[in-house]
Amino acid sequence: MSTRIIQVDTIARVEGEGALRIQISDGKLEDVKLRIFEPPRFFEAFLRGRDFTEAPDITARICGICPVAYLMGAVHAMEMICGAVIPRPIRDLRRLIYCGEWIESHILHMAMLHAPDFLGYPDAIAMAKDHPDVVKKALRVKKLGNDIMVLLGGREIHPINVRVGGFYKVPTKEQLRRLKPDLQWGLEAAMEMVRFASQLNFQDFEQDYEFVCLRHPDEYPFNEGMMVSNKGIEVPISAYDTVLVEEHVPHSTALHSRIRGRGACHVGPLARYTMNHEKLTPLAKTSAREAGLAEICCNPFKSIIVRGVEVVFAFEEALRLIDEYEPPDRPFIPVTPRAGTGYGCTEAPRGICYHRYTIDDAGAIQDAKIVSPTAVNQSTIEKDLWHFIEPNMDLPDDRLQWECEQAIRNYDPCISCSAHFLKLEVVRQ
Amino acid sequence: MTVHSPTGSGVISRPKVIGVGNRCRCDDGAGFAVIERIRARRPHLCVVEASGEGASLMELWKPGDEVVLVDAVRSGSAPGRIHRLDALRERIPSGFFHYSTHAFSVAEAIEMARALDLLPSRLIVYGIEGANFSAGTEMSPDVTNAVETLVDRILAEFEDQANTVIESTEVSHA
Repeated sequence: MSTRIIQVDTIARVEGEGALRIQISDGKLEDVKLRIFEPPRFFEAFLRGRDFTEAPDITARICGICPVAYLMGAVHAMEMICGAVIPRPIRDLRRLIYCGEWIESHILHMAMLHAPDFLGYPDAIAMAKDHPDVVKKALRVKKLGNDIMVLLGGREIHPINVRVGGFYKVPTKEQLRRLKPDLQWGLEAAMEMVRFASQLNFQDFEQDYEFVCLRHPDEYPFNEGMMVSNKGIEVPISAYDTVLVEEHVPHSTALHSRIRGRGACHVGPLARYTMNHEKLTPLAKTSAREAGLAEICCNPFKSIIVRGVEVVFAFEEALRLIDEYEPPDRPFIPVTPRAGTGYGCTEAPRGICYHRYTIDDAGAIQDAKIVSPTAVNQSTIEKDLWHFIEPNMDLPDDRLQWECEQAIRNYDPCISCSAHFLKLEVVRQ
Repeated sequence: MTVHSPTGSGVISRPKVIGVGNRCRCDDGAGFAVIERIRARRPHLCVVEASGEGASLMELWKPGDEVVLVDAVRSGSAPGRIHRLDALRERIPSGFFHYSTHAFSVAEAIEMARALDLLPSRLIVYGIEGANFSAGTEMSPDVTNAVETLVDRILAEFEDQANTVIESTEVSHA
């Protein structure tokens, strides 16, 4: 029997530590494992006993790329428990800081992590020598996302200005207005980045996914909405645990998710776009149309285009929010704890990020559950790899490895966020 | 950013010391500790604290600037060892700086600036070898000593540029 093993010990250009192992025996694909060996983080455990107001700042530390997703999941859940109603200006500022996160995260992935795959470069630094204008533009766009994060969050990584009930400090109209010229430039640059992405060569790889995301009646989703899928799910986020279950697999410190009774699902830009494209802003719709995107996008390699469309959306939305902004009377509303369980589910750049907390009357956290989008996508990534490798097994190892890594990066996996599970081995003698 | 020399002899570059790190990760606070001490001893010297996020870092210098960047490193050397790299003469190893959750961080920013011809005219990178990067705010004794030594060394380098007009600035605090 001839066995061919392709092993990538550390996957590059993803956040965190993961590996890939492919086994082909006698020309038959025997095994594909996306191994996540990043050590578990224990956030859910050390939230227990902490005050409910501490959850946003603690969970924001889960990720340096998408901290807003964790801030928002935590504050929404706590506000649900306590019955807090958030005034419109604060709600709008939360959407605005999310715009900043989508811009900086998506453009980093598009230009620095994913584009080199399509253009045949080992990394963005090598790509920059031949495509300096694309990289310079992407860096400036990323900086604009950072600027929004700094103004609203206090700093670009792990913002510290978000609290249960609102913000510690809110910007003035003038501070936001000053961002506008740069954001106008960013909007144009983002549209150019979509054009750039649309001209890349894409594999023909349409898949039959169950897309899961939020859907809101009036807006492209960030913070609120029903949890929906293209195969019939439509539930409030409080029903998340009745729809998705997590299970341990031996090769990953991140729990795998599956839809009860059905299997893997796909969260992230393709899911949001497919389920919400009619809610995109005008220029985002124009960009999508000019890029040749249909109303449904089932090719994960084209996620680079959809991320670009979402960056266009984020700039348009940011400009709208700035134009309509009236500072709130107070930067936050007081929130008094009461015993209960609450839920937060928001759209991180990589897909829905779920939080569930139970607190007591004094506000002490009794239980916490957090599910990152990368954890949910793990099974889908492995499924994609099975489908992708089978017709491409004739490729030489180095080419097959390259394309498999690209297939993984379609999901912009954030492995550090996803690692929760500690493999515990007890040997009794 | 540039300023004019007091003699009016023309435009000169502005020296800048950038400290990178994380105060909540023990020895990873070394870069900020250097900045704090320089700020206390030379209040008019231009110093900056930066999170290490690459795109923002690249915005901190311009061609023509003279920059010193300080961060904690983990290269396997003895704790407290001070590494000195001239970024214009040598590449910065990507695994040199302490593990970061950010896919585009200090080493990548410097190498990207090199690829795009956006490096300052002088970029000296000092790395202080750390021993303990766990959660906490206390630096190891060897690292604390190295911070003091490095501050003296950086200030001595800038003494040679005593005629340079320098100013203080504030950038995002990580």
